[in-house]
Order: sequence, then C-alpha cells, then structure tokens
Amino acid sequence: MRGNFSTITKIFSASVVAAGLLFAAPAKAADDTIKVGILHSLSGTMAISETTLKDAMLMLIDEQNAKGGLLGKKLEAVVVDPASNWPLFAEKARELISKDKVAAVFGCWTSVSRKSVLPVFSELDNILFYPVQYEGEESERNVFYTGAAPNQQAIPAVDYLMSEDGGSVKRWVLEGTDYVYPRTTNKILEAYLKAKGVAAEDIMVNYTPFGFSDWQTEVSAIKKFGSAGKKTAVVSTVNGDANVPFYKELGNQGIKAEDIPVMAFSVGEEELAGLDTAPLVGHLAAWNYFESVDTPENKKFIADWHKFIKNDKRTTNDPMEAHYIGFNMWVKAVEKAGTTDPDKVIDAMIGVSVPNLTGGYSTMMPNHHITKPVLIGEIQADGQFETVSRTQGLVMGDEWSDYLPDSKDLISDWRAPLSCGNFNVATGKCGGKGTN
Amino acid sequence: MTIIRAGLTLLFLLATLSSSGAGEADLRGIIAKFATAKGFSEIGAVVHELAAAGDPAVERPLAALADGNLYVRKVDSLVFVGKEAGEGVQLLDPLNGEASGEAAKNDITKIKVNNTLRRVIRDALGTLTLGAKDPAGRIAAADTMFKTPDAANIGPLDTAIASESVASVKALLEQARAASVLVSDRPEADKLAVIALIGARGDRDAVSLLTSVEANSADAVKQAATAAIGNINSTLAFWDAGQNIWYGISLGSVLLLAAIGLAITFGVMGVINMAHGEMVMLGAYTTFVVQQVIRTSFPDLFDWSLVIALPLAFLVSALVGLIIERGVIRFLYGRPLETLLATWGVSLILQQAVRSIFGPTNQEVGNPSWMSGSFNIGQLAITWNRLWILVFALTVFAVLLYVMKRTPWGLQMRAVTANRRMAASMGIRTPWVDALTFALGSGIAGIAGVALSQIDNVSPNLGRGYIIDSFMVVVFGGVGNLWGTLVGAFSLGIVNKFLEPYAGAVLGKIVVLVLIILFIQKRPRGLFALKGRAVEA
Repeated sequence: MRGNFSTITKIFSASVVAAGLLFAAPAKAADDTIKVGILHSLSGTMAISETTLKDAMLMLIDEQNAKGGLLGKKLEAVVVDPASNWPLFAEKARELISKDKVAAVFGCWTSVSRKSVLPVFSELDNILFYPVQYEGEESERNVFYTGAAPNQQAIPAVDYLMSEDGGSVKRWVLEGTDYVYPRTTNKILEAYLKAKGVAAEDIMVNYTPFGFSDWQTEVSAIKKFGSAGKKTAVVSTVNGDANVPFYKELGNQGIKAEDIPVMAFSVGEEELAGLDTAPLVGHLAAWNYFESVDTPENKKFIADWHKFIKNDKRTTNDPMEAHYIGFNMWVKAVEKAGTTDPDKVIDAMIGVSVPNLTGGYSTMMPNHHITKPVLIGEIQADGQFETVSRTQGLVMGDEWSDYLPDSKDLISDWRAPLSCGNFNVATGKCGGKGTN
Repeated sequence: MTIIRAGLTLLFLLATLSSSGAGEADLRGIIAKFATAKGFSEIGAVVHELAAAGDPAVERPLAALADGNLYVRKVDSLVFVGKEAGEGVQLLDPLNGEASGEAAKNDITKIKVNNTLRRVIRDALGTLTLGAKDPAGRIAAADTMFKTPDAANIGPLDTAIASESVASVKALLEQARAASVLVSDRPEADKLAVIALIGARGDRDAVSLLTSVEANSADAVKQAATAAIGNINSTLAFWDAGQNIWYGISLGSVLLLAAIGLAITFGVMGVINMAHGEMVMLGAYTTFVVQQVIRTSFPDLFDWSLVIALPLAFLVSALVGLIIERGVIRFLYGRPLETLLATWGVSLILQQAVRSIFGPTNQEVGNPSWMSGSFNIGQLAITWNRLWILVFALTVFAVLLYVMKRTPWGLQMRAVTANRRMAASMGIRTPWVDALTFALGSGIAGIAGVALSQIDNVSPNLGRGYIIDSFMVVVFGGVGNLWGTLVGAFSLGIVNKFLEPYAGAVLGKIVVLVLIILFIQKRPRGLFALKGRAVEA
C-alpha cells in the first residue's frame, strides 16, 4: 500500500516538474524594466493557434529592446500559460497585473477567454490587446481590439461573392462551429443578406460541434443545396481544428471552388500548413493581412520572423499582424503619454496611427477598434493566398453591428466627455445592451 | 504606348516566326493582349477571343493560365508559360512549349486568375477538347458543356454526336446537347423532346438544370420540367437513404478503429486507460515522420508510405504502452479511480511532449494516390479513403479476433481475464500477460492512428476527439467482448448519421448520448455481456 501510494506521488510530482519545465516563464525582474504580459495558451486545444502569437510577441519585444527599449527602460516579457482553460485565463490575468505588475497585456484568442478576463481588467484597471477577429457587440474601456470586427471581414467578404468578380452568388450556406463567434456572425450575415434581397429559402445555416471530424453528411447536404440552378457559395465560420477534415471531405467529394466556393473567416496560412492544398485552389478567405502581400514592411517582418523562430517554413498570419499593430500602437502611446500608467495610456491610445504590413496606416479609433484594409484571397497550390480583391481605402471597425435590431442604435466613444462603450443614440443614454 | 509596344511585339513575333502559318501569328497576337489586360473582366475577354479562334493549340496557354503559370516578362511585355526551377522560373513559349530562357521571379509578373475566370477557361477548354482522341477528354468536354449549357454548343455537339463511336460517350454528348437545346430559343416541341433525356440522367446536375428551366419557361415545358424534377427527386430520395447507410458504416469503421484497442485494454483487462487517444496520436505522428523521411529520401515510395508506417506505428505505440503498463498501471490494478487519474496525467504528458517536439501546429500527412478521390455507384458517391478505412478496420478486427481465439497467447489472455488466480496456479505468468496485452491494445491504437491521419488533423489534440467515442462504443457493445465492439461501433455510426440530416450534428450527438445512457440503465453490461468470474467479482 505504502509503496503504491508513494509511486503515485512520484508520478504526479514528476509530471508537475515536467510541466513546470515546459512552461517555464521568466519570473525575476529588476526595477529598471517595463513588464509586458503575454496571456496565450501554450498547452491544451488552443495551443495550436496561440503559441505562435506568444512567439510573435517575444520577437516584437526583442526588436523594441534592440532599438533601445521604451522610455529609456528595457521591456521584459512575462509569459504565462492559461492552458486553454477559460477560468484560468482570469486567474492568470490577475496574477500578471497584481503580482507581476505588468504595464499591458497582449493575449486571448477565443471570445470566451476574453469575456472571462474582462472583469479582471476593469477591476484592476489594466490594458488588454486582443488580436483576433471576433463577433463584435462589445467595446470595453480597458480592451483594444486589433483584430477585425464583422464589418471588417464578414460583410466585405459577402459583398465580394455577390459581385460579378466573385461569381454573383445567389444562394448561401452559412456553415459554422457551434459557439458564440459563428452564431453572432451568422446572425449578422443573415440579416445583411435578407436586407440585400436574398430570400429565406436561399440561405441554409448549419452548425457542428467543436473539433468535428466526420463531415460526410454536411458536405453532401451542401452539394444538394447547391444543385438548385443558382450560383451557391459557402460562408464558413468553422473553427480551427475542424477545418482540415472539412476541406479534405470537400476535396474528396469533388466540390471545386469554381462551382461552390468556400469563403472562410477562420482559415489562415497556419491552418493550411497541415493540408495538401492542391484540391483546394480557389477557395477563399477574408482577412486583413496575407503572408503573400508584397510590401517592403511585410518582407522585413517575414524575414525577421524566420530568423527569430529559426525555421524558414513557419508562416505568418493575420493575428500576428494584429499584435504587430497593437504593440507598435502601445509603444507610441506610452511615448506620447510619457508613462506606462494604464489610465494615461488608454487616453493616449486614441488617434495613434502606425504602419500596418499591407502598405498603409492603421489608426486607433475612439471605439477602441482600428482601421484596416480588407483583403479577399484565393488559396493557392503552395498553401498561400493570392489577393483577388481589396477594399478601396481602410475600413473602420464597427463594434455594434448596424444589422442587428438590438445593437443598431448603439455607438461607442471612449473620449471625454462621452466615455461610454454602449451609448444609445435613440434614447441618448449610456447603457443598455452589453452592460455586462 | 502600350498599343505600340504590343504592335512591335507582334511584328517581332511575325519576323522571328515567319515560317509558321498566319493562324499561329493571329494566336500570338491575341496572347500578347494578356500583357495589357487590366482586371479579371479584360483577361476574361482575351480568353474568350482565344477560345473563339477554335485552334487546339490554345489549350497550352489557357491551361497554364488556369493553373496560374502564365507570366508577363516585365522588360518586353512578352507572355510566357512559366515553370518553377529552383530560385527562378523557366520560361516556355506559350504555343509550342519550347524553352525560351529563364527569369528571376522579380522580373516577371504572374497573370492573376480567380474562380470566375477559371470557370470561363474550363468552359472554353471543354469546347476545345470535344474532338479529343482520348474518350476521357470527350467525356470531360460533355460534362462541362452539360453544366454550362449554351445555345452555341448545339452545332459542334451535333457534329461530335454524328462521329462518336463509343456508346457511353455518345449518351453523355446527347445529354449535353439536350441541355444546350433547353437554354436555346428553339421551338417548344424540340425542348419537350429532350427533357426526357435529361430526366434519364437522374443526378443533381440534372435537377439543377431543370430547376432553372422550370423557372425560365412557361406552359408545357415548365410542366414537363416539374414532372421530371419530381421523378428524379423520388429516385434520389432512395439513394439518399443508401448514402446515409454508407456514411453510417464509414463513421462506424472509424469508431471501430478508435475503439478496438480500448476494447482490449479496457474491455479485456479492465484498465480505464485515458491515454488511449494519445496512443492513436502517436501512431498518426509516426505516419508523419515516415512520410517526411520518404519525401526527402525516397520520393518514389510515397504511395507505400502508409504500408511502411503500419508496423512502425504498432511498434512505437506498443512500446510506449508497455512502458506505461510497467511503469504506472501495474501498481494500480484493481483501483479504477487511481488508474483513471494516473493515465489522465500520462495523456497530458504525452500531448505536451509531442507539442514540444513537433510544435503545436497541424502536420501535413499526404494521401497516397490510391486513397484520393471518389467513385460512383449509381447516385452514391463513395470516397476511396473511407472505403479503404472500412476494409482496414475489418481486417484489423479479424486479425485481432484470430489472435484472441486461436493462439496460445490469446488463450492465456482470456484465462487471466476469466480467473487470474486460477490462471496463475496453472503456471501462466500473469504479470507478463498483463504487460503484453496492454502493449497489444496500445499497438492496435497506434495503427488506428495511421488510418485516422488520412481523415483528421495530425495535431497533439488528435486523441482527445476519440477518447469519449471509444469508451462509448466499448461500454455500449459490452465490456470484454470484441464482437460487441464491432456491433456497437457500426450501430452508433449508423444511428448518428441517420439523425444528423434531421437533428443537425450537435443535437444528433446529444440524442445518441442520451440513448446510450438509457440503454445502459436497462442493460448495464452492454449489448453482449461477458459471463465469467471476473465480472461477478
């Protein structure tokens, strides 16, 4: 009995030690550094996407230090691992702010992880930079949203498909994973399509569970829906892991992009890296950045990334660009405010403008969202995207969708004197939906 | 300026190729327009012009354009077909394919294509290949012309039908002609005559065509189209049921593969092995490593990569299984709760280890050519990879059954399960039987990983998706009975796939779970309960 028990203890302590070694984070700090928190999952289901962002942040911090740091001090990254566990995100955020005393935090991927840390950031008054495209319907004082809002991704994508270049699509399949981002985005898209005169019977909405791998029935349903004599397209908000089997099944059942194109909002260069893309040429994705964009800034960024990660095959993607923009904005705002005090930096952030990687400038708007170009790309045989359409000029992130009945009257403006994330222009009051 | 340059180019071409015919010079003139075309619609116009020339020689530049291999040289605006060669691009003449030097990637511009343009090119090429010698080329042409009917196609199709000798190709050409007649402005009688032909085709493309005919015509044609659609749909409903059964069997084979290793470790040995999914993952990663080695060292062997990976995946997973059994589980026999926790910990360690070695991103495991694509039985599309996985799952099952029932090792295994102390008294070394049985179960999970790498993500999370399903299958089928696992896997697969079209994937899964819970309430030992002392104890 005793022998057995001590064995278990040994196993557990061994795994704890192993885990500790794997997630080791720099903990010691000197007073002459500014600490920056990185809150991305390095283990669990979301590690697949978030680990890359942690590395990108480390690279950006390294580069800033090489340029002489910030306000004459060195930057120091504090990496924690919330392990794809939503409540742990809140705990780790609290630890970063209260214990490590970071000046700002870059992190989160899923909306549920962001929602779980929101109360911590407003209570302890710190800054979160959120780099991922999301469903909108939120604007918080302590959060800066550097990813796309629905009007910076979903709406232009649908516009492209409706245009002559995109194939004048008349029938729509909205295929998504069953959670908050696809459900809200599809609600917005359905309202938008109906406003554009698409009949209800020409829209099919379908949801599948997380990590779904048996797509046979869904793909044949898409095939069936597409054989009604009208040009059909799929708008996919299918999340990360489920995409690979989805595209494999599309390829196997012979659905070609020329006939039924799939427009994806969550498939980037990173997801395609695990796939043979030859059967997928022509399927689409809408982002604000593609690795293939040919600008000097982007070339330098890719070269730096390959050097930092010591692997020429690692791709760059849209959320990495969002961190690039967000980090540079924060640096500029801190320089402008002359301090890292979050209150002053939050005020200084609005109006800050930095170069993005697609050959233009992105500006932080009063609603804490940024301006970005929207690019539509087609998948190529080498796993990259080729831009086939690009919005004229920049699109400003719209936090409260104009197409949803309960949010169309809301606006957000964090400048004094309004300082409100959900101001209702109909009633003239701050508050209403989103007061959570 | 550009016009002058294009004109000069043309002159230059005429001068250098004075020996070739005037038709070729015309084609070159049209191809040269690609250099100045702006935007997809202008490129599309050039494609149309090129196709209208009706010369089979335009197939090369058009096919290259569709594949994104047509380039314009910046210095002189000449158009070439490009072939990647190391750092630069090898330039080929767009018409005769002769090598025309090399260029660095920065010195040439790729002519961009999008889906709409690709479809235009496909249609144009379809018409061109109508006279191809190879029947496959003619079938492809008939197929494209059926999908994109055009009144202008009737003439060429009439000629092709008259000279066609292969009966099956002739039928397809006639269907394509019928489609073109339906969209033309020919008299009603002609249209009525061909609707039956389309109706006889009986697939989704026919429904698609007839639906648009139904919407755009009146009276007799409209009625005939509606009737034909009704007929096709009732036949398709029958095929749909067949499709659901096939999808169910296919899902069942995946469940069987994932669960069969667990049927041994959990079913026969009674170990709640939460690291089972990670054994599957290790098998998939072994396949990835094998393919990496083959890609870099022996590219010719790629089609054999899965066959080579099978024994290796078995060995890797079996070895890891053996280590887990000797290192952890043997101290915990008879204490299910501790086993559960310890194997859960092991599964986390294995996942993180793989993540540290291979990185957190998905790894690409390619499909060998014999596992790609699909074929049709009637209106039933069957994909090759699913079919092979079914065959493979049944083979693994048969081999395992043979090992358990017909070999001395299997006998010992069953003896230990039935009554451990009696077996030990008869001289069976029960600890070693335990270790080898666990290794066998893990190894089987490893080869399941080889098959699952073909349809799923190869990522550190691979195993997570299968662990719940595997336990469901084993518990439902009856702990300790291989046949139960087989029946359990296929019935769960088929029930799931029949529910999915009506209830949706999310609700379907919930319904299946509820059904299993109710079933277990009624029959706690599953479908096929094992009778023996071990169960009573």
